[in-house]
Amino acid sequence: MGTGRTKRVHFSKIYSFQCGRRRYDDDGSQIGGPGFSRVVYCNETGGVSEGGQSYYADNYMRSTKYTPMSFFPKSLFEQFRRVANFFFLVTAILSFTELAPYSAVSAVLPLIVVIAASMVKEGIEDWQRKQQDHEVNNRKVKVHRGGGVFESRQWKKLKVGDIVKVEKDEFFPADLLLLSSSYEDAICYVETMNLDGETNLKLKQSLEATSTINDDSSFSNFKAAVKCEDPNASLYTFVGTMEFQGQQYPLSPQQLLLRGSKLRNTDYIYGAVIFTGHDTKVIQNSTEPPSKRSGIERRMDSVIYFMFFIMFLTAFLGSVYFGIVTKNDLDGDRQKRWYLAPDRSDIYFDPNRAPIAAIYHFLTDLLLYSYLIPISLYVSIEVVKVLQTIFINNDIHMYYEEADKPAHARTSNLTEELGQINTILSDKTGTLTCNSMEFIKCSIAGTAYGRGVTEVEKAMAKRMGSPLIVNGRDKYFDDDDNDPSLSVKGYNFEDERITNGYWIHEPHSDVIQKFFRLLAICHTAIPDVDEETGKVTYEAESPDEAAFVIAARELGFEFYKRTQTTVSFVELDPVSKKRVERTYELLNVLEFNSARKRMSVIVKDEDGKLLLLSKGADSVMFARLAKNGREFEENTKKHVNQYADAGLRTLILAYREVTDKEYEAFNEKFTEAKNSVSADRDDLIDEATAEIEKDLILLGATAVEDKLQKGVPECIDKLAQAGIKIWVLTGDKMETAINIGFSCSLLREGMKQITIILESPEIIAAEKEGDENVIAKISKESVKKQILAGKAQLSASTSEAFALIIDGKSLAYALRDSIKNTFLELAVGCASVICCRSSPKQKALVTRLVKEGTGKTTLAIGDGANDVGMLQEADIGIGISGVEGMQAVMSSDIAIAQFRFLERLLLVHGHWCYRRISSMICYFFYKNIVFGTTIFLYEAYASFSGQAAYNDWYLSLYNVFFTSLPAIALGVFDQDVSARFCLKFPLLYQEGVQNTLFRWRRIFGWMLNGLASSVIIFFLCIRALDPEAYNKNGKTAGLEVVGTTIYTCVVWVVNCQMALAVNYFTLIQHIFIWGGIILWYLFLLGYGAMPATISTTAYKVFVETLAPAPSYWFVTLFASIAALIPYFCYNAVQMRFFPAYHGMIQWIRHEGNCEDPEYVQMVRQRSIRTTTVGYTARSIARDNTLSHLNLERQPPK
Amino acid sequence: MDQKNKNSKKPVYSKFSQQELPAWKPILTPGWVIASYITIGALFIPIGLLAWTASDSVVEIVDRYDEACVPDDFSKNPQSYIQNPNIKKTCTRSIKVPKKLVAPIFVYYQLENFYQNHRRFVKSRSDKQLRDVKAENDTKFCLPIAYDYDNKPIVPCGLIAWSLFNDTYKISTRGKDISIEKKGIAWKSDAKAKFGSNVYPKNFQKDGLIGGATLDESIPLSEQEDLMVWMRTAALPTFRKLYGKINTDIEAHDTIKVEIQNNYNTYKFGGRKKLVLSTTTWIGGKNDFVGMAYISVGGICLFMAINFILLYVFRPRRLGDPSYLSWNRHPIT
Repeated sequence: MGTGRTKRVHFSKIYSFQCGRRRYDDDGSQIGGPGFSRVVYCNETGGVSEGGQSYYADNYMRSTKYTPMSFFPKSLFEQFRRVANFFFLVTAILSFTELAPYSAVSAVLPLIVVIAASMVKEGIEDWQRKQQDHEVNNRKVKVHRGGGVFESRQWKKLKVGDIVKVEKDEFFPADLLLLSSSYEDAICYVETMNLDGETNLKLKQSLEATSTINDDSSFSNFKAAVKCEDPNASLYTFVGTMEFQGQQYPLSPQQLLLRGSKLRNTDYIYGAVIFTGHDTKVIQNSTEPPSKRSGIERRMDSVIYFMFFIMFLTAFLGSVYFGIVTKNDLDGDRQKRWYLAPDRSDIYFDPNRAPIAAIYHFLTDLLLYSYLIPISLYVSIEVVKVLQTIFINNDIHMYYEEADKPAHARTSNLTEELGQINTILSDKTGTLTCNSMEFIKCSIAGTAYGRGVTEVEKAMAKRMGSPLIVNGRDKYFDDDDNDPSLSVKGYNFEDERITNGYWIHEPHSDVIQKFFRLLAICHTAIPDVDEETGKVTYEAESPDEAAFVIAARELGFEFYKRTQTTVSFVELDPVSKKRVERTYELLNVLEFNSARKRMSVIVKDEDGKLLLLSKGADSVMFARLAKNGREFEENTKKHVNQYADAGLRTLILAYREVTDKEYEAFNEKFTEAKNSVSADRDDLIDEATAEIEKDLILLGATAVEDKLQKGVPECIDKLAQAGIKIWVLTGDKMETAINIGFSCSLLREGMKQITIILESPEIIAAEKEGDENVIAKISKESVKKQILAGKAQLSASTSEAFALIIDGKSLAYALRDSIKNTFLELAVGCASVICCRSSPKQKALVTRLVKEGTGKTTLAIGDGANDVGMLQEADIGIGISGVEGMQAVMSSDIAIAQFRFLERLLLVHGHWCYRRISSMICYFFYKNIVFGTTIFLYEAYASFSGQAAYNDWYLSLYNVFFTSLPAIALGVFDQDVSARFCLKFPLLYQEGVQNTLFRWRRIFGWMLNGLASSVIIFFLCIRALDPEAYNKNGKTAGLEVVGTTIYTCVVWVVNCQMALAVNYFTLIQHIFIWGGIILWYLFLLGYGAMPATISTTAYKVFVETLAPAPSYWFVTLFASIAALIPYFCYNAVQMRFFPAYHGMIQWIRHEGNCEDPEYVQMVRQRSIRTTTVGYTARSIARDNTLSHLNLERQPPK
Repeated sequence: MDQKNKNSKKPVYSKFSQQELPAWKPILTPGWVIASYITIGALFIPIGLLAWTASDSVVEIVDRYDEACVPDDFSKNPQSYIQNPNIKKTCTRSIKVPKKLVAPIFVYYQLENFYQNHRRFVKSRSDKQLRDVKAENDTKFCLPIAYDYDNKPIVPCGLIAWSLFNDTYKISTRGKDISIEKKGIAWKSDAKAKFGSNVYPKNFQKDGLIGGATLDESIPLSEQEDLMVWMRTAALPTFRKLYGKINTDIEAHDTIKVEIQNNYNTYKFGGRKKLVLSTTTWIGGKNDFVGMAYISVGGICLFMAINFILLYVFRPRRLGDPSYLSWNRHPIT
């Protein structure tokens, strides 16, 4: 326990307990009624049972989809839910009947292989989930064993009613009823980030009655009974009563600690287990993440349906023909094809019942033509995508050394979508920026301090072409890189006038003192003193706040102790020049919230003077200054604007002295407001605080830098050149958002900014009136007007780049159904879009608007819980595994550590994956069409009787053995251009965005190619082999010879076609492609060597009949090459005269031009349009305006 | 430090995991294209010429006799002729030999519009029964030709065997009979593994279920070569099957007389029957198609090569000019 008791502070008083309001209205009465039947006997061994109580779920968590028992039936069911798989199941069943044109075993085997592969994949994934469960379930927690002794026990063994002791920074193992904590008033801090994504700590407090039972031994005799609601999903409600020492106490959410949250800033708590395992609120509340399917797969489904259609059509035509021919075979007594014995036929060939025979035959044909549908396509795609994600996860260039985090693809089914992103919707804080705040500047008493240079200033200086930057070695630019040991996290302040105590020599040293005192006092951070070194660290609700306290500490105002009612810090006494300890009595904390935009504390200093210290946003603070407190207003305002320009977050600091009388009046009103339970409690509190937070005296302003992450401008530049639109959706205020926009080159000077805000006088007037309807109406009109004006501007000029900036309030109206499409049109027309002050819901709505409105692929990237909606809504959600917890990562599809990795993820992996998957799918259809068409053509020559050209096993192994592996190799390894060129020529990415590789034209092109190949093969083979003798011994070719020869040609053509289509031959490709062909011959040898009863028509067909005949080899050679010539011609012409972008880059690489800067520049410049953002575009835009005249004079080369 | 490295999640570098494997990255440069076309052309034209000469050296005599062998009285109704057992079916054809036929000369019968590849037909056999005397009851797939009226199994059962071709040819020239050797016309593997040496025909072509030829019940199936040839079902509705071999040369301009027993009923289904005498070379029988196909594809390739050369000469084009790109011609909105 050690230091535990030293920090027993009654914080409950300084907070206004917003989160813990009791719900008096619906209490008590329902207990024991329906839905409120749970009874928990605390601290009974065995938990619940006193008199045979009902048994509650154990604390074992299962996130797996299957149990060992249910795995088979359930995963099989999942497999056959796919239309194609179901179809193959039906064909497999039908293949056991007389209808089948092939043997049942040969039909079932590929299906088994395919389904088994899918199931193995499912099984492995589920096993991994099981491992995770196992880790969670075996975590240890201290549980009361009896007699006041606590022992370590696994989470899964926890029972309802157990008393557990949870220590600092541990997760709660179940939903607990808080009994007591290390603090005397039995409060504790809880981090609920995993539940609701809010990063600030929540305060919980136990019942007064149990708060004294706060050491191990006191639990030996503890007994209580809790009656409460049944398990439900509501995180913010809890109704129950506790019977303790003969008394009934009502329980509220205030006492409930939810599983999934974490104990913070509290040494330990004791709690009774109320809900376990799947009864816990977090599990009850969990929803399945939306399952996403890529656009390619959806289109692939359409192709499959198309193939089904073709299949049914041909089967239909075939059976009609079959019916007619069969009917003609018997005309009364006269038989035509007597050798078929039509007079003694069974139903399948009966001329007297030809229509029924035709219907049966339709099924036979379906079985036969099922080879048009690539059975192994789904499983191949799955395998390929898993392998692709392994490549993504293992990419060393996307590994973040500092946090030891590689990229992590959480779902494998969206890889190709990465190559088709049209719009990126990005969060700002923590995504574009580091979310580590650094105190960098301040303005005190009208004087600006701080010489640090912000990223934005650097970028701006760069943009201005300042010589300072061109030389690039200014000391301010390197200091934090060169000297990391000296830098303090959250502090980047440098000004010799103030640091090291020099501030006392400054003109307004008294103001400076007050300024830093305010920083040291006015906050809710909690200090943590390292007892050995004496260093103080802080735990604060937000990084901003931490930055302030740290800055105060670094400048000599070291806050080191907080008690229930006091704040203590050490400061330099300007007179004695010694460090003295000061302790201020803390009377009230007026908390920060987004409506108030300020935070204040009321303290009593050592002289007994009452002070109100306040810090807040400039928009609210300047209005609250006293007449005599505006001495520095002008200068401060100027500085604040400069800071905002430099991309900094600013806060205004002010104070006032409060008289005792004033304070008493305030305190009374404030306490009353706090304790009120009516609906307008917040308003009452606001009113009370507003009354005292006025007539302030301005001290100055702080500026905190929200640093851009490394490489962000470069990454954005590349993405912009790739033609990807980047929208920034941020909760920050407009100025900050615009600053960041400038610093990452999303905005530039030449750009026309279209700003949509709701700040016209009439709206403000209406807001004062407070009539919601009027406000809504006026606002809507105003937004509409602004949008239309923007559109008019947009259509007036085609060559200019526009930027749209809209705030959350306007966004709320812009997203209404009636104008959202107009808004979208405007936004799509703009080069950059920045939505500031947007709520999480708005982020999601904007994402949906873009996704559904444009029909293009969207990618959302964010790091915080407020981005979850957006991530789930977008086609792909990318989570930044940064500082803001795991919430975003858990709901993302792919997690990366830094924004800059997006460049590689999209331009390299995305492009490759898109290309691979789309080529692979096209190829699959191609190869099955080649195969299926030969079957069809042959059947046509066999009077549509359902006779296959091939042996049963040739048929069944085609998809699985001889042709699948090269296709998978294509899907996993192919690269049109190397990673280096992907990055060098970002426009290549447009191939995916415009879907050039999987548009209908290309799909049908491949199908046509397949059709052509197959027709060529078939007719060449039958013409070459029949009817004459095909070898020197005068033997003629039977069905087995012709069939095997056609099949050989198909295998050759399909594999050589792959070789032609592949751009990237590694050893693997060679092995798979040529291996597929060799495998076919080996199979032919092996199968042919089996006894004739097994191999039937294939018996010794190769060794005896085919191999010795030269014509077999000549036909193979000829058909293989002839069938490939059309594609080869097409490809040669296209590559030379109509190359796609990747083809062009291949040329460039091939010609060695890639080292020629001028040439590369020429190619790349094409990727810059006037509407492109990013710094390259920016510099070009600037150059263009400068050298516009020169360019016009020069004739084009 | 070691500890740290061990726990690090840093991906391990390998050329494979970083997708940097050494690779051959072929692209269709003009050189490659022209070279490929020329290679194909240069390869195909000689092969084609070779095949064509080979085919040209083959002497093939084809004589359609199905119509000619029907006596004039029956020409309106050939059915009544062929189905009447009392009419003699002998028919003599004399054929002029245009070129010298060098032994071995292969004698074929060619049937047209005969769907030996019909699924009902192909299925209708029992490989087990053919191979193994014990499996004579294995006639599951042979229906309707499985059992005779006494319910005894038919060996060999099934439609294929039942419809065995039964025309016979006797060839003579200059008044001298030329013997047609019937041995060695079937595949060896058939005789060895598919048709049992202890399986004898039984109950075959009995009881009104008469289809085609009958079989000598004293000869085991493994020696019934006509049956074996017939039972290798043909791939297409027009097919030839080996009838026998002639081991003597036949001189040019000789007239050969063929005495045909015209038994087989192709009139019912509008089929045709032809007698074929042919020599072979290394590519087999007379087949100009292979040679012609090779030559024409080779020619096309050379033609393409020339076209490409001309294109490259007269329409040189700056490589890598992206202004040809669709999205540069029609900029994205």
